[in-house]
Amino acid sequence: MPDEARKVDVACKVNGRDHSIRVYPMARLLDVLREELHLTGAKEGCGEGECGACSVFLNGQLVNSCLIPAAQAHNAEITTIEGIAPAESLHAVQQAFIEAGGSQCGICTPGMIMAAVNLLERVPQPNEEDVRVGLAGNLCRCTGYTKIFEAVVRACRQMREQVRA
Amino acid sequence: MPDRIVGQPVARKEARDKVTGRSRYVDDLEFPELLHGATVRSPCARGRIRGVHFEGSLPWGEFTVVTAKDIPGKNCITLILDDQPCLADTVINHPEEAVVLLAHPDKYLLEEARRSVRVDIEPLPAVLTLEESLAQKEIVWGRDNILKSIAVEKGNVDDVWARADFIIEGEYRTGAQEQLYIEPNGMVAVANSTDGVTVWGSMQCPYYVHKALVPLFGLPENKVRVVQVETGGGFGGKEEYPSMIAAHAALLAWKSGKPVKIIYDRAEDMAATTKRHPSRTRHRTAVSREGKLLGMEIELALDGGAYATLSAVVLSRGTIHAAGPYLCPNVRIRSRALATNTPPQGAFRGFGAPQSTFALERHLNKVALAVGLTPGEFRRRNFLREGQTTATGQVIREKVDMSRLLERAFELSEYSAKVKRFAEENLGRRVKKGIGFASFMHGAGFTGSGEKYLASIVGVEATREGRVKVLTASTEIGQGTNTILCQIAADTLGLDCDRVEMAPADTAAVPNSGPTVASRTCMIVGKLVESAALALKQTLVGSGLLPAQYTPEEFAQACTRYVEKHGALKTFSQYQQPPEIQWDEENYKGDAYGAYGWAVYVAELSVDTLTCEVRVDDFIAVQEVGTIINPVLASGQIEGGVAQAIGFALYENVVWHEGRMANSQMTNYIIPTSMDVPRIRVYFEEVPYAYGPAGAKGLGELPMDGTAPAIVNAIENATGIIIDQIPVLPEQLMELLEVSRA
Repeated sequence: MPDEARKVDVACKVNGRDHSIRVYPMARLLDVLREELHLTGAKEGCGEGECGACSVFLNGQLVNSCLIPAAQAHNAEITTIEGIAPAESLHAVQQAFIEAGGSQCGICTPGMIMAAVNLLERVPQPNEEDVRVGLAGNLCRCTGYTKIFEAVVRACRQMREQVRA
Repeated sequence: MPDRIVGQPVARKEARDKVTGRSRYVDDLEFPELLHGATVRSPCARGRIRGVHFEGSLPWGEFTVVTAKDIPGKNCITLILDDQPCLADTVINHPEEAVVLLAHPDKYLLEEARRSVRVDIEPLPAVLTLEESLAQKEIVWGRDNILKSIAVEKGNVDDVWARADFIIEGEYRTGAQEQLYIEPNGMVAVANSTDGVTVWGSMQCPYYVHKALVPLFGLPENKVRVVQVETGGGFGGKEEYPSMIAAHAALLAWKSGKPVKIIYDRAEDMAATTKRHPSRTRHRTAVSREGKLLGMEIELALDGGAYATLSAVVLSRGTIHAAGPYLCPNVRIRSRALATNTPPQGAFRGFGAPQSTFALERHLNKVALAVGLTPGEFRRRNFLREGQTTATGQVIREKVDMSRLLERAFELSEYSAKVKRFAEENLGRRVKKGIGFASFMHGAGFTGSGEKYLASIVGVEATREGRVKVLTASTEIGQGTNTILCQIAADTLGLDCDRVEMAPADTAAVPNSGPTVASRTCMIVGKLVESAALALKQTLVGSGLLPAQYTPEEFAQACTRYVEKHGALKTFSQYQQPPEIQWDEENYKGDAYGAYGWAVYVAELSVDTLTCEVRVDDFIAVQEVGTIINPVLASGQIEGGVAQAIGFALYENVVWHEGRMANSQMTNYIIPTSMDVPRIRVYFEEVPYAYGPAGAKGLGELPMDGTAPAIVNAIENATGIIIDQIPVLPEQLMELLEVSRA
C-alpha cells in the first residue's frame, strides 16, 4: 500500500539534466520517466521485458525501463528517445526511419530507435546478422522488420558519410 | 513538384513525431484529477451471479464502484446484434466477462482493490470447444448455439460425384490468434449530464464507439463525442472491443464526475479482448482426369465465442473466400459460426479469409497430388479468368491474370529449379529445405451491399490559410491512412502533399466515413476523398476565383478569398455503389466485392529435423492490387502482413484453459522477432481499377491470407509430411516426423 515514508530520494541525470525525485524504491524506472518527468516517449507494451518498447540507456547500456527499479537509477545517467538528438534536430537513425518507412504505428519506434542507436555504437559496420541480433529484443508487429533493417543500413551509411565529411 | 503525387514514396505524415517520441498515445494523455479505472471480471466461464463482495481492509469509500445498475441507458454494447452486455447483471457467459468497474486516483491501490472484489457465481456447465457447441452439449446461445449460418450454392454439386475421376477429401484447422498490437487498448473519458460524454482513445472506428455510447447513456447523438488519438496498431483488434472499454471508462467518469483512464495491461488485453476465430474446414472435391475442378463441397465452422459481435460478417468473408480464385462450375458451401463460453472472437486482418484460404490452399496441394499434377500446373488449369464466375456467381470484370502472377512469383523465387534441387540435396541431410506457394485473392471493401448501407461520407475543406484539410473518420493505425488520403487529395488538386493535412478523427469534427476495416480505406474512402477534392476544385473554378489551370499559390489565394467571402469552403462526397454491383443477401449470390486483390506468394524455408525448428529463408509476395498510391507504405503493409502470418503459421498458439487464454503474456505467446523474418520481397503488378482512387484497390488484409498455406506447403515439400493444422509448433512437427519415420 502507498506510504510516503517508504519513498527514497533518487538523484539522476536524464538527457543531460539533473533530477532529484522522491519515489518508491521499487517503482519502475519507466513509470518514473513517464509520470514524474513527463517523458512519455518510452512506452509500455508488455511490462515484463519482452517487447522493448520501453528501451532507454542506463549509463550507456540499453535496458528495458519496465524492469529497472527506480533505486537502481540513483546516480545514473539516463538517455531516452527525447534526448537522443539535440532539440529540433534528428539523429541519423531517426532520419533513416522516416526515409525508409521504418515506423508504422510508431509505438515500438522509440524503443527500436534506441536499440538501433545502441547497436551502431557497439558495431559501427553491422552485417545483416548483427542487425537482426541487435534488434531482437524489440518487437514490432507492423513492419515485418524489413524496412527497419533498411533504416539501420541507411543510417549506418549516413553516419559513415558524416564521419568522412 | 513531381507530375503526380500518387505513386510517390511520400514520407509518412506523422513520421517525425513518431521517431522523436513526441506522438501522444492514449496513455500519454494527462488530465487534472484523473482517476484510473479497472475491470473486475467473472471467475468462471458460465454461471449465474449470486452476489458481489468487497473484501479486505481497503478504504472502499474512496473508490468509485460501477455495476450494471449504474448504467443510465441500455446495458449492451451495440454492434450488429444487441446481445452483449456492457456489464454482466445476472448471467455470465464467458470467463472474461466484466461485472464490476472500479476507479481510484492511485493505480497501485486500485489493483489491490480489483483483486479484493469477489464475484460469487453459481456455476453452470460451459461449452468450450467448437465440437461441444456443434454437438449442442449445452445450449449457450439462442436456440441452437448457431450465431450465423450461410449457404452458397452454384450449379448442381450433387450430380458431379458420379462422373468425377477423382474425389478428394480433407479437414483443416486453424487456431485462435491474438492481434498483439504493441500498444494495449486504452481509453480516457470525461462524462456528466450537462456536457454529455467524451472519450479519447486507441481505436479503429470512432463511429462504432459513438454508436455504442449513445444508447448506453440514452443521450442524443450530439452529446457523445469520440476522439481517436495516435493508435499503436490495430489489425482488427481495435475494431469492436474499444466500444467496451470506452463504455466502461465513461460509466466510471459519469459516476465519479472525474476523468477516468482505463489502460489494459498486456495480460488483460490478451485474455479479455477479441482474437481470430478458430476454424475447422472440410473439403470434398471432384476433379476430372484432365485436372479440372468439377465440384467443391465445403463446410466451414468458426468458433465465435460467447456473443455475436462480428462473427456473422467474419463468417461471410470466410465463406466467400473458401473456393478461392478458381473456376468451379458446381460449388456448395455450408458455413456456421458457433457460440462457446470463451471471450467473443472478433475482427483480425483477413477476417475469416485466412482460415478458409489456409484450408483451400493446403487441400489443393492434396488434390494436385491425387491427380498427378504439380501444385502449380493444377492451379494453372483452374484459375479464374475475366468473364468467368466465382462461387457466388460473381462475373469477374477485372483483367485478372493469375497465371501471370504465378509465373512471375515462380521466376523470382526460382521455384521450379529449387523444387528439383532441394529434392536431391535433402537426401540424408538433417536440415531439409523446402519451397511452397499459395495463390489467392482478397475482396476489398465491405461484403455485398455493406458499402451501400454504410453510405460513407467524406469531406474536403479549404482553409483561410489556403491549405486543404481532409475530413474523414478513417483512422491512422500505422497503415498509412493519413499519408495516402492526403496524397489522393493533393494529386486531385494538383498540389504538393505538404499543403494537405488530415483533420483529427473526432466525431464532433468529421463525417462518418465508415470504419477503418476491410481493406476499404484506400479504395472506398480514398475514392470519396478524390471526388470531394474534385468538387472543391470545381467550386473554386466555378466561383471565378481560380482559373482552370493554376499554380499552388493561385490555389491558396483562391481558397483564402473564397473563405473570406463565404465563411467556409467544404465539399462532401457520399458513396454511390457502382451500377454493376448486384448482391442477393438472401441467397448469397452476386457481386460479393467490388474488386479483389490477387496474389501468389512463395515461401522458402529450412526444417531442422532434429530440433523441429522451421526457419523461413526467403519470401516472395507478388500481387495485383490496382494502382499503388505510395510504394513504401504499400510494401510496408505487405511485409507486416506476411510477418504476422508467419506467426499465425509457425508460432502463435493460444492455449485455452476453461475458456480462458492461459498464456496471455508475451513471454509465452510468441510472435516473430527480427531473428525470425527474412527480408520479404514484395512485387506489385499494377492494373488500375475503374472505381478506385487513381485506380487503387485495397491491400491491407491480403498478405494475411496466403502466407500460412505457402509456408505449410513448403514444410510439406521439405519433409513429405502432411500438415492440416496451424500453428505448426516444433512439438507438433516432431510428432508428425516421428509418425512418418515409423
